[in-house]
Amino acid sequence: MPQESYIHPPINPETKEFWDAAKQGKFLVPRCPDTGKYLWFPRRVSPFTGKTNVEYVEGKGTGTIYTFSVMRRSKQPYCIAYVTLDEGPTIMTNIVNVDYDTVEIGMKVKVTFKDLNDEAALPLFEPA
Amino acid sequence: MSIRGKACIAGIYEHPTRKAPDKSLAQLHAEVAAGALADAGLSFSDVDGFYCAGDAPGLGGMSMAEYMGLNLRHIDTTETGGSSYVIHVNHAAQMIAAGKIDVALITLAGRPRSEGMATGTAPRIYDQNAPDVGFEAPYGPTVVNMYAMAAMRHMHEFGTTSEQLAWIKVAASTHAQYNEHAMLRDVVTVEDVVNSPMISDPLHRLDCCVISDGGGAIVMVKPEIAKSLKRPVVKYLGGGETIKHLNSGNVDLTYTGARHSGPPAFEESGVKHGDIKYASIYDSFTITVLETIEDLGFCEKGQGGKFVSDGNLISGVGKLPFNTDGGGLCNNHPANRGGMTKVLEAVRQVRGEAHPKVQVPNCDIALAHGTGGSIGTRMGSATIIIGQEDA
Repeated sequence: MPQESYIHPPINPETKEFWDAAKQGKFLVPRCPDTGKYLWFPRRVSPFTGKTNVEYVEGKGTGTIYTFSVMRRSKQPYCIAYVTLDEGPTIMTNIVNVDYDTVEIGMKVKVTFKDLNDEAALPLFEPA
Repeated sequence: MSIRGKACIAGIYEHPTRKAPDKSLAQLHAEVAAGALADAGLSFSDVDGFYCAGDAPGLGGMSMAEYMGLNLRHIDTTETGGSSYVIHVNHAAQMIAAGKIDVALITLAGRPRSEGMATGTAPRIYDQNAPDVGFEAPYGPTVVNMYAMAAMRHMHEFGTTSEQLAWIKVAASTHAQYNEHAMLRDVVTVEDVVNSPMISDPLHRLDCCVISDGGGAIVMVKPEIAKSLKRPVVKYLGGGETIKHLNSGNVDLTYTGARHSGPPAFEESGVKHGDIKYASIYDSFTITVLETIEDLGFCEKGQGGKFVSDGNLISGVGKLPFNTDGGGLCNNHPANRGGMTKVLEAVRQVRGEAHPKVQVPNCDIALAHGTGGSIGTRMGSATIIIGQEDA
């Protein structure tokens, strides 16, 4: 089960491209063009070079669960997790469309999107 | 030039309240400040450096400086959550050693219990403009499930068990039974902890700290003043601090900022691990203690589970007596920020003024460590080592 309700992400000029793509069903991953390194969370200034040239490129949308926890004390239990993307960075997300008792570290997952409103869709992950 | 011994802790105070519906936040700050100054034998008029964090009402420390009538030469409102006050001790020592101030006052207070705050289980957004918010808040990060994810990964990598984590709570509760002000005074067993309700896997209710109102304060002075006062001299020997974060997505939740705040504290103080007679370790959750003990170097990474088991943290029983006031797990976690109370109990131990049932004999050197923010995302970490006058 997903969360009963989601906090909507604040969208700003630095992250609008990411969220616009998510609304179109595309999962973007930030990359520093000078070092070729992917990074997370999305930002425009590279922590590796200091240059304002981080680009958002379409990712595979696949990864592996690094860790997770099922919150039992909410109205509806939900599974928060860190997923290590195949591109490298580890990102926070929810694991959905799964029996929580079967979730485990190392499980392969893929992205799916949850429409929040006309502006935003939220990337979530489900078993691959 | 070493900072060792160039500043002293002269006064401390922990508010006895654990629920304060009848007091304002500003009043709590002023009461703990007055308490610590009275303990030192000083007053508001002696203070020339003031330190507080985000829990203080008003812009920075300005409103509270006005409330207490302080005349200041130095102000520092460094905000790193629960670790702020340990960082403040470091900064105050640096300013005193540099001759910038003579008397530093550090305060903390809060009333999350009276305000009915769902501290651990509801997401909180500190600032909509924080660059991480859009990529975390929608997923329901709460205090407890963030620490739970660290525990889950630590168990996966090192075989740490819930029973081992439970020993940390057992030790805290063993100490808390002697603290008349502690919120939870019943001694619990490993079975009690692992059979308590699951909050967020793998952390149970008894793996979590209390939610309490109250506060505390610390007064630091230059050594010449400390010697002129009637209380035992407690010397600052060294400290360290850092911010640990998610490192551009290169995430490792099995260690904390203590890995970087601990070594400079040991180096500055010239103290070795075997010299530490008592340690206050931030205990927002049992996993916080376990990872911090490893990161401070009391055992190898991954061996924390074995280290904390079988009463090794219980005063009079184990090798590393910890949180003899009952800690955040049982005694007090005012304003959801435990760094202050960590320093207070370490000072009591060095003074020889802890409860007789938990006082460590000849406690000439002690360590206190604060963690703020979340070990599941980004945290402030600070470590101090303090000692008796001849330490």
